[in-house]
Amino acid sequence: MQIGIPAETSAGEKRVATVPEVVEKLIKLGFKVAVESGAGEGANCSDDTYRAAGAEIIVGTPKLWAESDIVFKVTVPTSAEVELMREGGVLIGFIWPAQNPELMQQFAAKKVTVLAIDCLPRMLSRAQKMDALTSQAGVAGYRAVIEAANAFGRFFNGQITAAGKVPPAKVFIAGAGVAGLAAIGTAAGLGAIVRANDTRAEVADQVKSLGGEFVKVEYEEEGGGGGGYAKVMSEGFQQAQREMYAKQAKEVDIIITTALIPGKPAPRLITAEMVKSMKPGSVIVDMAAERGGNCELTEPGQAVVKHGVTIVGYTDLNSRLAKQSSTLYATNLFRLTEELCKTKDGIINVNMEDDAIRGLTVVKNGEITWPAPAPKLPPAAAKPAAKSVAAPAAHGHGGGGAPASATKTAVMFGVAALLFLLIGAYAPAAFLGHFTVFVLACFVGYMVVWNVTPALHTPLMSVTNAISSIIAIGALVQIAPPLGLGFDRPEEWIRWLAVVAIALTAVNMFGGFAVTRRMLSMFRK
Amino acid sequence: MSASLATVSYIGAIILFILSLGGLSNPESSRRGNLYGMIGMALAVLATVFGPRVSMAGIPWIIGAMLVGGSVGLYAARKVQMTQMPELVALMHSMVGLAACLVGFANYIDPMAALNLSSAEKGIHEIEIYLGILIGAVTFSGSLIAFGKLAGKIGGKPLLLPGRHFMNLVGLLVVIAFGWQFLQAETISAGMFALTVMTVIALLFGIHMVMAIGGADMPVVVSMLNSYSGWAAAATGFMLNNDLLIVTGALVGSSGAILSYIMCRAMNRNFISVIAGGFGSGAGKPAKKADGDAQPAGEVIPVTAAETAELLREAKNVIIVPGYGMAVAQAQHTVNEITQFLREKGVNVRFGIHPVAGRMPGHMNVLLAEARVPYDIVMEMDELNADFPDTDVAIVIGANDIVNPAAQDDPTSPIAGMPVLEVWKAKTSIMMKRSMATGYAGVENPLFYKENNRMLFGDAKKMLEEVLTALKA
Repeated sequence: MQIGIPAETSAGEKRVATVPEVVEKLIKLGFKVAVESGAGEGANCSDDTYRAAGAEIIVGTPKLWAESDIVFKVTVPTSAEVELMREGGVLIGFIWPAQNPELMQQFAAKKVTVLAIDCLPRMLSRAQKMDALTSQAGVAGYRAVIEAANAFGRFFNGQITAAGKVPPAKVFIAGAGVAGLAAIGTAAGLGAIVRANDTRAEVADQVKSLGGEFVKVEYEEEGGGGGGYAKVMSEGFQQAQREMYAKQAKEVDIIITTALIPGKPAPRLITAEMVKSMKPGSVIVDMAAERGGNCELTEPGQAVVKHGVTIVGYTDLNSRLAKQSSTLYATNLFRLTEELCKTKDGIINVNMEDDAIRGLTVVKNGEITWPAPAPKLPPAAAKPAAKSVAAPAAHGHGGGGAPASATKTAVMFGVAALLFLLIGAYAPAAFLGHFTVFVLACFVGYMVVWNVTPALHTPLMSVTNAISSIIAIGALVQIAPPLGLGFDRPEEWIRWLAVVAIALTAVNMFGGFAVTRRMLSMFRK
Repeated sequence: MSASLATVSYIGAIILFILSLGGLSNPESSRRGNLYGMIGMALAVLATVFGPRVSMAGIPWIIGAMLVGGSVGLYAARKVQMTQMPELVALMHSMVGLAACLVGFANYIDPMAALNLSSAEKGIHEIEIYLGILIGAVTFSGSLIAFGKLAGKIGGKPLLLPGRHFMNLVGLLVVIAFGWQFLQAETISAGMFALTVMTVIALLFGIHMVMAIGGADMPVVVSMLNSYSGWAAAATGFMLNNDLLIVTGALVGSSGAILSYIMCRAMNRNFISVIAGGFGSGAGKPAKKADGDAQPAGEVIPVTAAETAELLREAKNVIIVPGYGMAVAQAQHTVNEITQFLREKGVNVRFGIHPVAGRMPGHMNVLLAEARVPYDIVMEMDELNADFPDTDVAIVIGANDIVNPAAQDDPTSPIAGMPVLEVWKAKTSIMMKRSMATGYAGVENPLFYKENNRMLFGDAKKMLEEVLTALKA
């Protein structure tokens, strides 16, 4: 089968869907590769290098589309391009089916098969090699730092030179996704002091591992929206987040924002006020410019200076590093092709049983198969819930223990039965009533206490101690019972015994509860 | 208040007590649990005072006694140092025991109590009185001795009289014999003699029992006495035909027994052998001599506070193992300051708590909580024992037996098989101790001689303060 690589048509797009190094590998898989003349110009890949790698150079876009069974593209195709597709053909590239419903209808009408690289189920670990979103975001994150450095009037790293001391630049990165992490690594590599924030608390370690410092929002809420994406946060959280951003804006020299939420406009993180509060000469790089921008003053596609702050809103960061972006993208598509063509005979098989390919395939032979059924939930999402359930069990002493051996149990039951038989044979009925209550209460005590956390052994003991002062009841009923008959009762003796007993238990009662209370008030998380 | 109303109030109190104990098993619900206990107790007392069995004549006496006792109790609760908690709890147990005795005697001399009872019922009633006083007396004297030992007024070494088991057996036989006589007694004054003799024997037995138990087993003893005070209350309940007392006593008794069992299991000890006493010297000394030759040859490497601070500063993972020494030196606040300092520097600091560290179950947790150490970094032994190989520095503050590698390596050691915190697996372990003396179990600790172990001699609080100063410098 022939793979066709058309030139990208959208304005300013310099990437290309494959590079000569990858062409060779595709040919080894048994495919023929055709490249439109001039497709690789923007990414420094001349027609000659493609030709040298074994590709055929075709002049004229319609001819390329018509002759190719499979077309690799980078950006979303225009409807004119889709018209050029041959019936039954295959298209692989960024599609964004949610944002482009008309395009999906057009694919269906043309009876083609479309694999949207943006629909890859990212949580599958074997899908990572095909993850073009990640590879492109990484490049963009790197480039964002370079753009910031370009616009910033100082060094990134601190230096002490003969000409004086240079403080290091402080960089704040909002959003620690792939792009954010790449930016953290790049900025830290240049010697800047890097801080970063993300609504997903689990990325804190990743931030630290790249040399950044994680700045927490002082508000309890978990921001993972499943599948490794962020979700929209509550109002209280956003308030706390704004305060944190306002504080950072005053302190740092460079802000790079990368916050995106799938299917929603980019969250507004940096207000005009915050921009005003920044030092003159500071730089903001808004990587979410295309989706409305994280900064209020961003102008998509441009770098502007407002209130003395350069705000970079380029939407073509990947094209600004076209060779690198193209090489990584080409490799992603090559890995995908490998998955599609396991027989290495140049014929692809869109195997809908395969989780990764099922997710990618948005149109199959004219039938819309998007959205794919949700892949199994990422285990990370289930973790917090599972933890809270498992923790108390792990803290206790019982639960997991294996049941006692059969003989031991039998002996215990035997002894108990004998004991009960004796009591039943000799004790009067009135006693048995109390005995029932007693045995049941022993069991309740056993059940209730068995799972106590070791940390609470002391408070538990002091509270049971306080409760055991219930014995006061015994003294209370003796102190002055209503007398019916004229008994010869040693009143004085009994009263004094009871009074002393009450006083003793009162020490215990009040002291025990008070001291427990004092202890418990100390326990804090 | 009618009798039925009083009974219903009792049921309410019982439910509140159960909820209280249940609530205490988890830090989140524990405060509410304590509140339930207080409400339950108030309900029970008020229902009794205003119930049919107390006439108006008794009210002033009750209020007087409550006021005196209550204010003493509240004062003690406010003033007590957290490090003295075990003593206070032991002392309070003794009061319950004494109260049980007094109630028993009062009940016996009251002719009304045995009114309208058939002869079989009367027999049972007298057995109940006898048992109630017996348990109460043992609890009372035993708790007093435990208090003395914990407060340091009596030496921690077990007192082992020759033929102690034989003496206990004789005591038991005498108690049974007098019990028989007591049941046969026609008049109260005749029974009184038997009862008094039994009480004296029970008191002696309580003293003897706790005297024979070594200091290291004190957590078990305290919770066991807790259990006894519950059984005393239950016996009183049988005596007075009061279900509230029976249920509450049984709850306390069984929960105390379970707690003791949990403690014993944590030490890999048999409950019976703890009660039988003698652990820590009788069995310990010969064994120590026997393995004297096998003592790991090695050098004890002392360090200074400044060097300790240096080690901590370079560490990424630190585990602190506190023991009774921290409690004695009142060092928990300094420990917390060091912890906070290190945590701010990004060091992962955790606490490893051995189930029997200290002199009372959960003793260390209470002290750390007092110092406001967050409880989510305070771990149980099982939770972090596997993490020691990844730990840079393990600091042992005033603990000894619970970090003794001999428990695992040396089958002849008296503490063999006891689970211990494996601090020697950390890259460096630092032992803070006043001297090279042995711990309560009286066993040599080969950890001192390990190559990666350092000894920081001195009072825990003073040394930790020096470490903190050096850290901040």
